[in-house]
Amino acid sequence: MSMPFYVPPEQVMKDRADFARKGIARGRSVIVLGYDKGIVFVAENPSRALHKVSEIYDRIAFAAVGRYNEFESLRVAGIRYADLRGYSYDRTDVTARALANSYAQTIGAVFTQEQKPFEIEIVVAEVGRTPDGDQIFRLTYDGSVADEQGFVAMGGASDIAEQRLEQAWRPGLSLAEGLRMAVDVLAAPASAPGSAGQPGAAAAASVENLPRAIDASMLEVAVLDRDRPRRTFRRVTGALLDRLLSPDDPTANAPTADESHPGHPEVLSGESEQPPPG
Amino acid sequence: MSSPAHGGTRRLDDAYLAIGSASFTEFVGSFRPEMLPSGRVLPSGSSIDAPHGTTIVALLHDSGVIMAGDRRATMGNVIANRDMDKVFAADDYSVVGIAGTAGIAIELVRLYQVELEHYEKIEGAIMSLEGKANRLASMIRGNLGLAMQGLTVVPMYAGYDLDGDAGRIYSYDVTGGCYVEGGHHSIGSGSTFARGALKKLWRPGLTEAQAVNVALEALYDAADDDSATGGPDLGRQIWPTVAVIDRTGSRFVVADVLEAQVRQIVEARRGNPGGAR
Repeated sequence: MSMPFYVPPEQVMKDRADFARKGIARGRSVIVLGYDKGIVFVAENPSRALHKVSEIYDRIAFAAVGRYNEFESLRVAGIRYADLRGYSYDRTDVTARALANSYAQTIGAVFTQEQKPFEIEIVVAEVGRTPDGDQIFRLTYDGSVADEQGFVAMGGASDIAEQRLEQAWRPGLSLAEGLRMAVDVLAAPASAPGSAGQPGAAAAASVENLPRAIDASMLEVAVLDRDRPRRTFRRVTGALLDRLLSPDDPTANAPTADESHPGHPEVLSGESEQPPPG
Repeated sequence: MSSPAHGGTRRLDDAYLAIGSASFTEFVGSFRPEMLPSGRVLPSGSSIDAPHGTTIVALLHDSGVIMAGDRRATMGNVIANRDMDKVFAADDYSVVGIAGTAGIAIELVRLYQVELEHYEKIEGAIMSLEGKANRLASMIRGNLGLAMQGLTVVPMYAGYDLDGDAGRIYSYDVTGGCYVEGGHHSIGSGSTFARGALKKLWRPGLTEAQAVNVALEALYDAADDDSATGGPDLGRQIWPTVAVIDRTGSRFVVADVLEAQVRQIVEARRGNPGGAR
């Protein structure tokens, strides 16, 4: 009969945290930041079908990095939670704070009790009537919650991304400015500019230190648009996204009017503004 | 357990995290069945007086479909409510009108609105119009127990089919049967009189403004002969609810436009109460 080894609880927690961190760091990043008319979510995600960002309720959205199956079940749980709460009380009684607390308890319980912790990080954001009322909650794999001011970066190399956002972000950005800032941060090299390594390795490192090119097709972008009534979540795609990303284009914010997209209600592509061909 | 009733600061119940369908009704039915009308048990053998909603009409026009309802709810011989809305937006491209026991009908409409939105959010796509009509049918079917005790709800559903590029009207029976109606349809206590008017006034290819007018005339005729249907109330400025659904979505006709049209109809009927033409 084999004797189980004694493993101190500190070591167990550290191992689990390292395991979760490694899993999360493998994925691409997601950036969430506030702009003058709402909150924008920018994910590097080439898939059109498997979303990292999605709507939870009228003024609440969800963004996640890490294992898709794990955050997808939490996303569905959040929608069920919000819809049930809104149905039994009122639409205004659904808050990001309550949802973030429930998520935190759930993720925390999985971290300490289950075989394997969740390898995910989540942002739950609620857009307020004014920029001061915006709330961005960041939840990590161990169930800890942070109330972030203005911006969050999650996923691979998120520390460096946060540092860059810290320097660049200010209140009152337009959507186009916020979006371009987020893309610049996503595209920037993973190592910090000043720490390119030993002088001898500079030549080899220089290629890695060039920003990557990220075009619109690699991005999943969505906004919570402050001034819309009821459901404020809109995906931004197509020509509208190209125009917002282009520094030469005067388009600074999402249009206030909705578009008719059979099958997908919440998409703003800017394409139906053009006259139909022929 | 974490439930909305407890403030929700504890761990999410396993029911939230369970793999299941994209249906809100099914989720609530398994997690908290007492929140659904169908999950409640009524004492048998008794009948209660509850407010009833009355007449709804719907008709197709050249770019979509219109649904209109009067504003009265009655309880026996008493007018329970003068300005109740009985036509509701179900989602961006469809509306639902209700006749029958008002309390349960409104609860069903709220549930149905959440049902459609829930599906949209979980699936990331709008349900087909046929799918939406069938979801409503299954909710009516779930209400059969209450209906057999006198708490009947019969809705009418109208929407724009984005795939087929056409407006459609669906009617229901109390057992959940769902039928596609061509042209026009009416439900509720004044529906027989409204249908007579619709038969004479409706024709294919009406413009939107003409269709609104036909709907108002049909409701006028229903109110003329059915005491439970409210006519235009010029004194209180209460006009019927009129919803227009087309390619661009659903919207409600504003009060100013309705007032002008209603005044015109009332004026035309002076000395000609049947609206003969």
